[in-house]
Amino acid sequence: MKQVLLIDFGSTYTKVTAADLETREILGTAASYTTVETDINEGLEKALAKLFDKTGEIDFDARFACSSAAGGLKMISCGLVPELTAEAAKQASLGAGAKVMKVYSYQLTEGDREEIEALKPDIFLLTGGTDGGNKNNIIANAKMLAASKGDFPILLAGNRNAADECRRILEEAGKKVIVTENVMPRFNELNIGPAQSKIREIFLERIISAKGLSEASQLISGIMMPTPAAVLTAMELLSKGTESQSGWGDLIGVDVGGATTDVYSMSYGEPNGVNTVIKGLPEPYAKRTVEGDIGMRYSAQGIADAAGIPVIARLAGLSVEMTEKLLKQISEKTDTLPETEELAALDFALASQAVKIGMTRHAGTIEKVYTPIGETYLQEGKDLRNAEKVIITGGSLIHAERVKEIGANALYDVTQMQSLKPVKAEIIVDEKYILSAMGLLAQHAPDVALDIMKKELVTHGIAE
Amino acid sequence: MENKKKLVIGVIGADVHAVGIQILDHAFSDAGFDVTNLGVMVSQEEYIAAATEIDADGIMVSSLYGHGELDCRGLREKCNEAGLEDILLYVGGNIVVGKQPFNEVEARFKKMGFNRVFGPGTPPEETIQCLKEDLGC
Repeated sequence: MKQVLLIDFGSTYTKVTAADLETREILGTAASYTTVETDINEGLEKALAKLFDKTGEIDFDARFACSSAAGGLKMISCGLVPELTAEAAKQASLGAGAKVMKVYSYQLTEGDREEIEALKPDIFLLTGGTDGGNKNNIIANAKMLAASKGDFPILLAGNRNAADECRRILEEAGKKVIVTENVMPRFNELNIGPAQSKIREIFLERIISAKGLSEASQLISGIMMPTPAAVLTAMELLSKGTESQSGWGDLIGVDVGGATTDVYSMSYGEPNGVNTVIKGLPEPYAKRTVEGDIGMRYSAQGIADAAGIPVIARLAGLSVEMTEKLLKQISEKTDTLPETEELAALDFALASQAVKIGMTRHAGTIEKVYTPIGETYLQEGKDLRNAEKVIITGGSLIHAERVKEIGANALYDVTQMQSLKPVKAEIIVDEKYILSAMGLLAQHAPDVALDIMKKELVTHGIAE
Repeated sequence: MENKKKLVIGVIGADVHAVGIQILDHAFSDAGFDVTNLGVMVSQEEYIAAATEIDADGIMVSSLYGHGELDCRGLREKCNEAGLEDILLYVGGNIVVGKQPFNEVEARFKKMGFNRVFGPGTPPEETIQCLKEDLGC
């Protein structure tokens, strides 16, 4: 295996990256519109033609692909208590690269059932109860799902003592059921790996063909995974390194898109100080959160709602009236490019706030509590103050002006002292948009992928 | 595992006394209970969330810093709201401020919905005996 093609079927663009495994470098990248409605290969062929214009014809030894086309991997997850199994189920789905449309807790109602039917998930993740714990809830939910219309597969990852009965109820109703280990086998013990590998399997077996991607799979030698899972894999490799090469240690990734903002952290996020008590579910080392209301176009209004129009206007150096007018314009015409000075200024303000809001929601928090024997700290979520790298990726940011300033919004802020964000970090930009490609390559040649990332990701200096 | 009675234990409120709860964890586990230990500074909501997921038979509340009365108020009502109407609630430790007659303290906590109330210095064996009686095991 010498020359490899890495393909990312995005919702809008099909991006191709050619890599040489011997020289360990990127030969070229190109993109064209995704054509999932007709034949997905059309877009791919066009992107390849563009690539070959730059590199000359390449006879690839292997082709690997990831996809977020046709809505990505749409999942609904369901647990018992919102902060416990429902949260674990959500973490499992997000970490597997899914778009989580809805998270339910406690017992599903008739109304929920109708909502699930309307949402038409690709996979339903059903959890609830620790092993040997609550059975009634998951069984009631299995009955509700058994009565639902739709042929989505149901992944059972709840109380193992209820699994047989749930499976029977669902299979008798003609549902496809896959059983795996509990996402929370004991109280506060997160076990999302087995559910995530099942999600990957279901994605490969069922979802690819259902989404019209199987025509492409004939051309592709291997593994297809959802794009966010590929990005997560790349970041984890970059953080941990391989057996022969060290990684970069704790790091953060931010991907601000048109509709959503994804934040990744590679860190255990354990407390830094003494006298700190941790609350809540343990955090996965590789964590992904998605903010559905924060994005540069479809969710531009969401940024303004969260940050406040005056803040956006001040950052952009525009009047409040102008800001409101432009916001309306870009939310309606989502393919607007920042071609005027005002639009570029607005994009800068929106991106800065998107990074800030996304990161604040992702990072853990700390609270000082006075107890009869002195000060104590309560930590929830990850302490990311010591993470030293912030990687910026995503089409709307990697070519932006002042990207270092935008990225610096991910850092610790004295006005939000309770939020455990990095104190000082290098802002690194994925300028060639190679992270998902490197996540794919990491499955086959991790050392090469790591080398290429270290070479191709561009530092914009240290911010604090 | 399925046959063991399940207990949620923890130190309530802003109380950080971490040693006693470990002793209780060992004592209850050795006596054959399946123990979920929430540690220190446990809120009422955390006890209820844990008890719901593990389908607990009892919640054992510890308090050593004297503010137990304030911290425990409303726990039974919240359990009822959460569908844990039948759960056994015990409380023990230095649960009130100062030296008050224990029978008065006990009466106040029983009125708050606790099934059993234990004063300072109760040996774990006594609590275990009560658990066996109340849970029929």
